[in-house]
This record gives sequence, structure tokens and C-alpha cells, in this order.
Amino acid sequence: MRSNGRVIAPPDDCLARNEWICGAYLSTRRHILLDAVVQHLQLTSVSVLIGLAVAVPLAVLARRWGWAAGPVLGVTTILYTIPSLAMFSLLLPLYGLSATLVVAGLVLYSLTLLVRNILAGLRAVPEETRQAARGMGYGPIRLLLTVELPLALPAAMAGLRIATVSAVSLVTVGAIVGFGGLGNLIYAGMNTYFKAQVLTASVLCVLIAVAADLLLLGVQWLITPWIRAARA
Amino acid sequence: MNTLTATWHWLADPAHWTGDDGIGHRLLQHLVLTVVCLVVSCAVALPVALVLGHLGKGGALAVNISNAGRAVPTFAVLVLLLLTPVGRWGEGPTVVALVLFAVPPLLTNAYVGMREVDRSVVRAARGMGMTGRQLLLRVELPLALPMVLNGVRIAAVQLVATATIAALAGGGGLGRIITAGFNLASTPQVVAGAVLVAVFALIVEALFETAERLIPRRTRPSR
Repeated sequence: MRSNGRVIAPPDDCLARNEWICGAYLSTRRHILLDAVVQHLQLTSVSVLIGLAVAVPLAVLARRWGWAAGPVLGVTTILYTIPSLAMFSLLLPLYGLSATLVVAGLVLYSLTLLVRNILAGLRAVPEETRQAARGMGYGPIRLLLTVELPLALPAAMAGLRIATVSAVSLVTVGAIVGFGGLGNLIYAGMNTYFKAQVLTASVLCVLIAVAADLLLLGVQWLITPWIRAARA
Repeated sequence: MNTLTATWHWLADPAHWTGDDGIGHRLLQHLVLTVVCLVVSCAVALPVALVLGHLGKGGALAVNISNAGRAVPTFAVLVLLLLTPVGRWGEGPTVVALVLFAVPPLLTNAYVGMREVDRSVVRAARGMGMTGRQLLLRVELPLALPMVLNGVRIAAVQLVATATIAALAGGGGLGRIITAGFNLASTPQVVAGAVLVAVFALIVEALFETAERLIPRRTRPSR
């Protein structure tokens, strides 16, 4: 609506009035939001899963050969110190403007958190427990799979929760290359001064992080029945 | 190889080091932002954490605030601040966001450090007739110092990272070289900016690691 050359927003239109909280935004941009959430979840889960797949063998090797622990922890600390925007930028010549770039960056961060925690969990397995298992005739592989790794689970799961929550938050920085899930909406909303979009996308980000954390807490509860039994 | 050479040429070009968009100015901005915000965050968080740790109160808050800080995306907070009245005040959003994200690790580490001080040492000091203030400043704080410094190191590294992301939301600092590189579609400039940021972050980390080694160890590692 136009009067005297000025655009006047209808009083009931929160989009036109550019309000922070806007129901009309949710209903009209449902598909955009859904697509962004799906991309956010895909980027996060793929990165954390790859990180986990690389971190477990690295931690086991670092535990087995003591001399490997120093370099592994040193390299991961250096990787973790590099700020996310710089990390994505350093990977640009390798992957170009792609989702792979964001995943690669996030894998490196998840890897760091996971290796540290899994290694701490493996190191905390009591020597007596290990000796008892050896005394019962357990070979090194069986010892690792049925005694050491299960006992390291609580520490590993703590690392997995931190890695996942961090990844959910870091995906937003991927907006710089156009693959940032909800970060894309925040970036676009910033350029167009679209308050409802920025707030909605930010809140959804936090909700995803909290939901993922609770989900992993539930998984931990399910896969460590012996801890429940000990508490009861 | 080609990108590396191009990056090197970009960095070696004296024209890129001077002026308002030059490396020198951006580096100074980054340094000032990091140092000022670190001092402010320490002044806000450390007294609170030390007193709470001394009294043994508010532990759940001090520990959980770190987890909450991790779940909230830095970029989202920066943009939200930019769209509020704070955004009109130059580097306002950057400074507020930097302090917000530096406070949680400071609080958590200082609090945990205070609580991990051997209780028998605290009881002995009380038995010697030390007042609460003496106990805090002469016994608990020196013993908790390694943990407190660890928190300061984490906060400093976090500050460098947040100051970089601030460039996405129009803030100054080394991140601007990266975002400008993306806008110009110049991969060498993007990589050059990233290298500068990474080196800056690693130097900060190394400085604090050295500082942690230099302080006298009054306690044996607890584990």
C-alpha cells in the first residue's frame, strides 16, 4: 500500500513491520526453513560420524603405542586452535565452494574433541581390570572390544556430545561458502535486515543443539546398562 | 602449488600491508579487540568465579554456562546483536559477542579450580585462624592458579576465533581479509587471510602455554 509516496505496512502484517517474532514468517517460509534444517542436520551428522570413524582408530593406536599419543594430541590441538572461518578458508583451494569443504572442516574439529576424550577414557581403564581380562585368556583384540572400549564409553560419549553440539553451532559459519544450513538464512537475513528470519534460524540452531545433546544422552543411557545397574 | 605461490605473492605485496584494509591495520584491530575484551571478560568473570568457588555456591550455574555457550552459534549472536540498537555503535556487536563467549570458559575453569583445592589444606588454613579473605587470596587462589590460567588460555583462543567470525557481520579484524577475499572471489586472498588468522591464534595459544609452564607448580597433578 502506498500513500504520499511512502510504503505503509498494514497493522496486522508483522513481516512488513519487520518484527523479531512473526507467525506469518513461519507459515510462509515453512519450506525454506525445513530445507535449511535438513541441510544443517545432514552437514552435522555426516561430519560427526566421519570424525568418529577416524577418531576411534587414532585413539586406539595412540593408546597402544605410547609414542604416538604426543604427536596425535599435538596435531589435534593445533587444528582445534585454528578459528573456524580460517579453517574453512584454508580448505577452499582443496574443495572449492562446496558442502564437502564444510564437512571437511567440521570433521577436523570433531576429530580433535573425540580423540582427546576417547584416549582419556581408554587411559582411565584400571590396570587390574586389564590384567584380570588377560588372566582369563583374553587376546588383545577381544580385550579392546569387550573390555577397554565399553569402559571408555562414558568418556567417549561425553566427547561425542561436545563434538556434536559444537558442530551444530559451527555449521552456521559454512554460510560463507553457501553451505551453512540455518546459517545461510542468518546470513541472508543479515544482508536484508530481516529480523524474523535471523531470530527464527538462530533459535532453531539452539533447539537442534539441545535436541542432539538429549538424544545422545538417551543413547548413552541405552548402551551402558551396567552403569544403570550399578546405580540402582 | 599454484594457490600456495599466489598466496605467497599476495602476502608479499607491500600494497596489501598498508591502508585501512591493509594487513597492518587489520592485525592491530584484531589484537586490540582480543586484548581489550580479554581484560574486560577477566574483570567480569574471575572475581565472580573466585568468590563463588570460595563459598562453594552456584556450582551448577558455573559449570553449565560453558555448555550453554557451546550450543549458541557465535555467528547467530553476532548477527542478532547487529540488528539490535547495539549494531549502530560501530564495533559494539563484536565487543559484546566477544565478551559473552569469553566469559563461560573463564567462569567454569576458575570455579572448578577453586573447588579442586585440597579440602584438608583449606581446613588447615582455617585452623590456623586465616580469615575468609586471607584463605581466598593466599591459599585457594595460588593453588587454583593453573586452572584459572587454563581458563584464560581457552578464553583467549575463543576470542581470536570469535573476532574472526565478527568479520562476517561487518566487524573489523583479520577476518575482514578473508571475507573481502570471498567477495572478490580471490582464493589467494582468502587463503592468505586464513593463514594470518591461524598463525595469530597459534601464537596466542603458544604464549599462554609458555605462561602456564612458567608459573610455579605448587601442587602435584591431581590425576
